[in-house]
Amino acid sequence: MKTFKMGGVHPEENKISNDAAIEVMPVPQQMVVLMNQHLGAPATPVVQKGDKVKVGQLIGEAQAFMCANVHSPVSGTVVKVDTCKDAFGLTKPAVYINVEGDEWMETIDRTPDIKRECTMEPKEIVAKLKEMGIVGLGGATFPAHIKYSIPEGKKAEYLIINAAECEPYLTSDYRVMMEHAEEVCIGVSILRKALGVPNAYIGIESNKPLAIQKMQETAKQFEGIVIEPLKVKYPQGAEKQLINAVTGRKVPSGKLPIDVGCVVSNLGTSFSVYEAIQKNKPLIENILTVTGKKLPSQHNYVVRIGTTYNDIIKHSIGELPATTGKVISGGTMMGKAVVNLDAPTVKGNSSVLVMDEAEARRNPETACIRCGKCMHACPMGLEPYLFSALVKNNRIEEAKEHNILDCIECGCCFFSCPANKPLTDEIRLGKNKVRAMMAAKK
Amino acid sequence: MNLLNISGSPHVHSDESTKKIMWRVNMALVPALLVAIAYFGINALLVSLISVASCVLFQWLIEKYIMKVPTTICDGSAVVTGLLLAFNVPATVDMMWIVIIGALVAIGVAKMAFGGLGKNPFNPAIVGRIFLLISFPVQMTTWPQVGGLFPMDFDVATGATPLGAFKEGALPEGVTFMDAFLGHIGGSLGEVSAIAILIGACYLLWKKIISWHIPVAFIGTAFIFSGILWLVDPASYMDPLMTILTGGIMLGACFMATDMVTTPMAKSGQLIFGFGCGLLTIIIRNWGAYPEGVSFAILLMNCVTPLINRWCKPQRFAC
Repeated sequence: MKTFKMGGVHPEENKISNDAAIEVMPVPQQMVVLMNQHLGAPATPVVQKGDKVKVGQLIGEAQAFMCANVHSPVSGTVVKVDTCKDAFGLTKPAVYINVEGDEWMETIDRTPDIKRECTMEPKEIVAKLKEMGIVGLGGATFPAHIKYSIPEGKKAEYLIINAAECEPYLTSDYRVMMEHAEEVCIGVSILRKALGVPNAYIGIESNKPLAIQKMQETAKQFEGIVIEPLKVKYPQGAEKQLINAVTGRKVPSGKLPIDVGCVVSNLGTSFSVYEAIQKNKPLIENILTVTGKKLPSQHNYVVRIGTTYNDIIKHSIGELPATTGKVISGGTMMGKAVVNLDAPTVKGNSSVLVMDEAEARRNPETACIRCGKCMHACPMGLEPYLFSALVKNNRIEEAKEHNILDCIECGCCFFSCPANKPLTDEIRLGKNKVRAMMAAKK
Repeated sequence: MNLLNISGSPHVHSDESTKKIMWRVNMALVPALLVAIAYFGINALLVSLISVASCVLFQWLIEKYIMKVPTTICDGSAVVTGLLLAFNVPATVDMMWIVIIGALVAIGVAKMAFGGLGKNPFNPAIVGRIFLLISFPVQMTTWPQVGGLFPMDFDVATGATPLGAFKEGALPEGVTFMDAFLGHIGGSLGEVSAIAILIGACYLLWKKIISWHIPVAFIGTAFIFSGILWLVDPASYMDPLMTILTGGIMLGACFMATDMVTTPMAKSGQLIFGFGCGLLTIIIRNWGAYPEGVSFAILLMNCVTPLINRWCKPQRFAC
């Protein structure tokens, strides 16, 4: 079975929402749509107060290079174009919509029929991805049209679809594979065509045998789709580790996957690509997991992007348990702790993960005993203990020389540290300081 | 509702802790302690208890009254030092007070003076042992012979260790490989039984507290180097198998050269460290003043650990 070779850990998997079929979350009464839901510059609002909008209508246009279109996830009247605090407390430009009914754009194909044939040329596919506001749903929300426009002089040889879902708790990709395997394969075929590569590889961790079986059966009907079962090891789904596992290639320091001929997309992205290209449906819905050990029930939902965390919690479990310690957007290893539950969800949100107080508490930090566990757990072959010491003493230049910027912030170092040192936090701080230093030098 | 906690990722932890590691090391030392009690009687238990108690007490006193920091005696590291120190001295009545001095040097000078756990460059138990060896050469080399659980006469039953005897001329008669393997030989309290030490080491390997690199490199180097010498001149040099089974090589390689704080972190560095320890041990045993060189070898290699750490970096994912 394929895997990345260096480092890695095995956190408790906790895939307790595995068997919860995807339900449809009702549309809330008020909707706030953030204008930057993607990596890069915010989209420019193209609606004004008082405008009527339909589901799927363009409300934020990508004008910068690194940007993505934003579409209305609801129908109704624009109340104001203003700013809004996001889930992490940052102020972002936003469009407020008062929801009226559920009227969709006529161009969107809402029939349940599965459409297989795609006659578009690669260039048209990429243009359509841009139009539909497709971004990578693996976490970084990188605009898809940029990823699939291969720069001059570079050549894509591998398309790799990340369905490892190596993060604990998350099950949305698993549910999509179980319920929409055919659509996913069509989406992957479209992406394969856009890149002009012979084969697409879908990497799935072997703790999902049913999904592997389902995808293997479905992929038989398609040309050039290979299912790769992967060893259960975190971070199997990290971009560089996944490329290494599937192709044996290594992305050099500071380079991109395309430099070794690879393009990696998330499984959820391939499903939204299917909907965008075949059904003309922009990215207005997320598939997300509502889970937690102490919750009365576990769920997977399809949610209109912009539904607030509070709306999701209210509909799924009523209210948070009294002993809730943390709410996390994403998995326990790389997810972010949510500050503001009134904030709208954005593209790429994959979960509302509720952690109990006891589970969320960090143990007190003790002295480093130089056991080297952080170093052996690091999938990038770095020295977290050293970064910790260097950053604390503000020796930023040395941290850079020891390749602190190679860190992918997977969290394996902190996870494995017996002294409970917040290594990942310190490295994150160090990376910011290194970047600030490099910017100041320019 | 309570306020939500906020922190950076990751939000889960392996639940590994320094305390767990240290108490597991203590667990791993239990087989050797039991063998010591079986062979050297109640003296072995008393020396061990006094050593552990004084190490813990000195650490507590220093933390409370000199450093004025919250005490860390519960993490078990002082107990490890105490046990290892006791394992490195003979199980005699004299040792019941001498080992207290060793504990003061080990904890006070070698550990706390540098800032406590994790900051010490040298293995505290080894520093304590060497201090005692230099200060109390007679008591430290008065070896009780293996007896019953309650030796009737404390002073009479002494004799040489295989290494000491060999230094003087020849191995004591009748010492077989099996004696050395099981521990039916003279020597320091906890080092006599290779099998008991190996059982503890296997437990540590299983719990991933140590890796094979240092013990294998240490014992392997000692075996090969002494084997070459023995092949050249079997009359003057000890048989390589007897070499690794006697003295402190097993205990040193499995428990003291694998101390996380004072040894290299990268696997390549650990191999160099083990190689250096093995080489120095054989050199000191054969050409040094003392019959045994394990503790000096480890101490010397502790000195170069920072250099090894600087030189031996983990292999980066991609350059």
